[in-house]
Amino acid sequence: MIAEIGHYAVVLALMLSIVQGILPLVGAYRNDAALMGVAEPAARGQFLFVFIAFFALTYAYVVSDFSVALVAHTSHTLKPMLYKISGVWGNHEGSMLLWILILSLFGLMVAQFGRNLPGSLRARVLAIQGLIGIGFLAFLLFTSNPFLRLDPAPVEGQGLNPLLQDPGLAFHPPFLYLGYVGFSMAFSFAVAALIEGRVDPAWARWVRPWTLVAWTTLTIGIALGSWWAYYELGWGGWWFWDPVENASFLPWLVGTALLHSALVVERRDTLKSWTILLAIIAFGMSLLGTFLVRSGLLTSVHTFATDPERGVFILGLFIVVIGGALVLYAIRAPMLKGGGLFAPVSREGALVLNNLLLATATAVVFLGTLYPLALDAIGSGKVSVGAPFFNATFVPLMVPLLIACPIGAMMAWKRGDLPGVVGRLRVAVGLAGLVVLATVMIDGNTDIVAALAMGVAAWLVTGAAVDLAERTGLFRISFSETLRRAANLPRSAWGTAIAHSALGIMVAGITASSSWQTERIQIVRLGDTVELAGYEVTFRGASNVTGPNYTALRGTFDLTANGRKITTLHPEKRDYPAEKSGTTEAAIHTTPIADVYVVLGDSDGKGGWAARMYHNPLVPWIWAGAIFMAIGGMVSLSDRRLRVGAPKRVAHKTPAAEAA
Amino acid sequence: MTRKRRRLTVVFLGGLMLSTAAALVLTAFEDSIVFFHTPTDIATKQDLQKDRRLRVGGIVKEESWRKKDDGLTHDFLVTDLTHEIRVAYKGIIPDLFREGQGVVVEGRLLPDGTFRADEVLAKHDENYMPKEVAEALKKSGKWKGSAVTGTPDGDKPYGDKPYGGKSYGGQKESAQ
Repeated sequence: MIAEIGHYAVVLALMLSIVQGILPLVGAYRNDAALMGVAEPAARGQFLFVFIAFFALTYAYVVSDFSVALVAHTSHTLKPMLYKISGVWGNHEGSMLLWILILSLFGLMVAQFGRNLPGSLRARVLAIQGLIGIGFLAFLLFTSNPFLRLDPAPVEGQGLNPLLQDPGLAFHPPFLYLGYVGFSMAFSFAVAALIEGRVDPAWARWVRPWTLVAWTTLTIGIALGSWWAYYELGWGGWWFWDPVENASFLPWLVGTALLHSALVVERRDTLKSWTILLAIIAFGMSLLGTFLVRSGLLTSVHTFATDPERGVFILGLFIVVIGGALVLYAIRAPMLKGGGLFAPVSREGALVLNNLLLATATAVVFLGTLYPLALDAIGSGKVSVGAPFFNATFVPLMVPLLIACPIGAMMAWKRGDLPGVVGRLRVAVGLAGLVVLATVMIDGNTDIVAALAMGVAAWLVTGAAVDLAERTGLFRISFSETLRRAANLPRSAWGTAIAHSALGIMVAGITASSSWQTERIQIVRLGDTVELAGYEVTFRGASNVTGPNYTALRGTFDLTANGRKITTLHPEKRDYPAEKSGTTEAAIHTTPIADVYVVLGDSDGKGGWAARMYHNPLVPWIWAGAIFMAIGGMVSLSDRRLRVGAPKRVAHKTPAAEAA
Repeated sequence: MTRKRRRLTVVFLGGLMLSTAAALVLTAFEDSIVFFHTPTDIATKQDLQKDRRLRVGGIVKEESWRKKDDGLTHDFLVTDLTHEIRVAYKGIIPDLFREGQGVVVEGRLLPDGTFRADEVLAKHDENYMPKEVAEALKKSGKWKGSAVTGTPDGDKPYGDKPYGGKSYGGQKESAQ
């Protein structure tokens, strides 16, 4: 019964999304307030029905109702409760329902908090959201219905892929989808503005919070996925430039560019049509990512079932949504006249540079990701484009971006003073130089590229700190005055500084873990000790253990440093009988400056075990960087200026906002 | 600065960046693309660039897997049921590497005709076969559908579970 309620709720949501997608558009065109007013109750209703459907599916998972085909195929009574719930989106149908739930949640948020938006803009934004909703609800109902019954119902389910039974991965899809779908808001605002033919600073102030939400959650989602790959796949790497990773990275890159260009629209009333284009492309990349991982074109842990019909449907949806938006853009964009002029050396100029570099980097990643697929499609051979390609193309493009970042952030609007800014950054220049020297001294092999990269990391962190010190007058004026200024500093300035220094932390983590990793692969016997970058790892045997829905071989390794015991590590090789599959669980000892990472391999049949051990310096800094980046986004989001209710159409400038 | 000059600056910068990117992409493509071949391709094609990194896929031949005394060096035959190639690999073999099942290896071809793999990519499910391997088998005319080891677009609607890793599960070779 509950599954039928869910199914029926999806149908009702589709009906409401058709109403929401059409009537408000007509109303806005005719300037008919009654028709425009339909948008909000429709958006609320749509959320309600999608929520009921999602709840019904979750209920079926929680009580293990195997008469629902999806539950029978992807769940099991013995699975821990967390994975029963995360199993709702650990499959194709359920994850699409989650996608739609988030889409309708964003619609609800516009309906609830969008009171101050002009009526026609609000109606059009909600209508575009409704149109996207039609596409995805139809996709769910016609190709991926999660509520199909199975008769007779099996006694036991087939279980969830053990690789997905993991806390990191349980929350990876919801965050990733919040990001993907969040860009639909920027998209809807962009299309609505194109229909209205008007883009002004107030518009940018409404778009930025949605973009910030999307960008922040996407950052968290990607970081969770990468963290999972790091500890679950068992080879000590955290990013593989794999097509499915790139599929989530592309919208992130475009979203980052959009965040920065929307700033220019907001402050200087220029770069309008470029910003609109970025908003369309950001959502386009989100759809493309969905298409790539859901169509079965790429074989991966994300490909739950290959059904050509679904791939064709999503591709069609992609072409209609993005093609339609781009046609509208081609017609309307020339109407959008830029306002403020600026010199090349200025904050605007720096942000343009940021956008050019990010856009080029996106193009490079896009090419590397799609080239093998295109080559295969035209039948000219199978190739794989891996990490060496991206390291040789993406990294060189990031270097100027990272170097320019602190300078650009301190540049004045309109006309900047480059020597002046560099002069004020002399402390950061000095510190970065010191870090380069120190790295060369510590690292005997003098890996000069890595040393320079560590310098760039220090440059980013101290550059952001200098920026904050300058704004608060630290050491120039009395300390209490500094505190007062710090309290009055716009939150977005704090957010910027936090996110930019987070980038530096991340660069340090990436550089150190890829340049100075120590790896040991060898056979260990009882009592064998392996020296690993100043630690000693001693094998103390392997035994069988039983988990809730798996059996495992668990190794015991003592970790000591100079003979002093630090901890005991327990890597496991798990076997999941229900799913007839296994996983490798690495044991990781994390310290602020490095990870010790131990994986248990096969027995050699003679009392020895293959073991793989890594010492990964600064690898925790990568996740710390991602967390700080997300915090920067949230701090920025809390800026008064960006509250959807706060801004008025007439931009009123305060001295604080000018200074920022 | 006039609007026109500003536009020129931006266009110039954009052009500069795009051409830099194009140059980077072209050189990287030249050096870092890895082509996929079947054992038959390697045995018969004359125009293969054999000094490049390659990927080879097929089935691990039954009873061909040997482990050297060090416990870490593996030796096995990869076959598309027409031709076969000897593969040597030092490192930890993926969890679900099995004789008689699909595998993709990446590495270099040695002058003596053996393949020195530094990555072994194996599937993580007994019903799945890498797409490339399935096609290689179809090409060699030895594809028996699900009778061999199951088809990638098989009969189970949810059954084609992924093999581990992201696109591939795999194990990298040790650094030594």
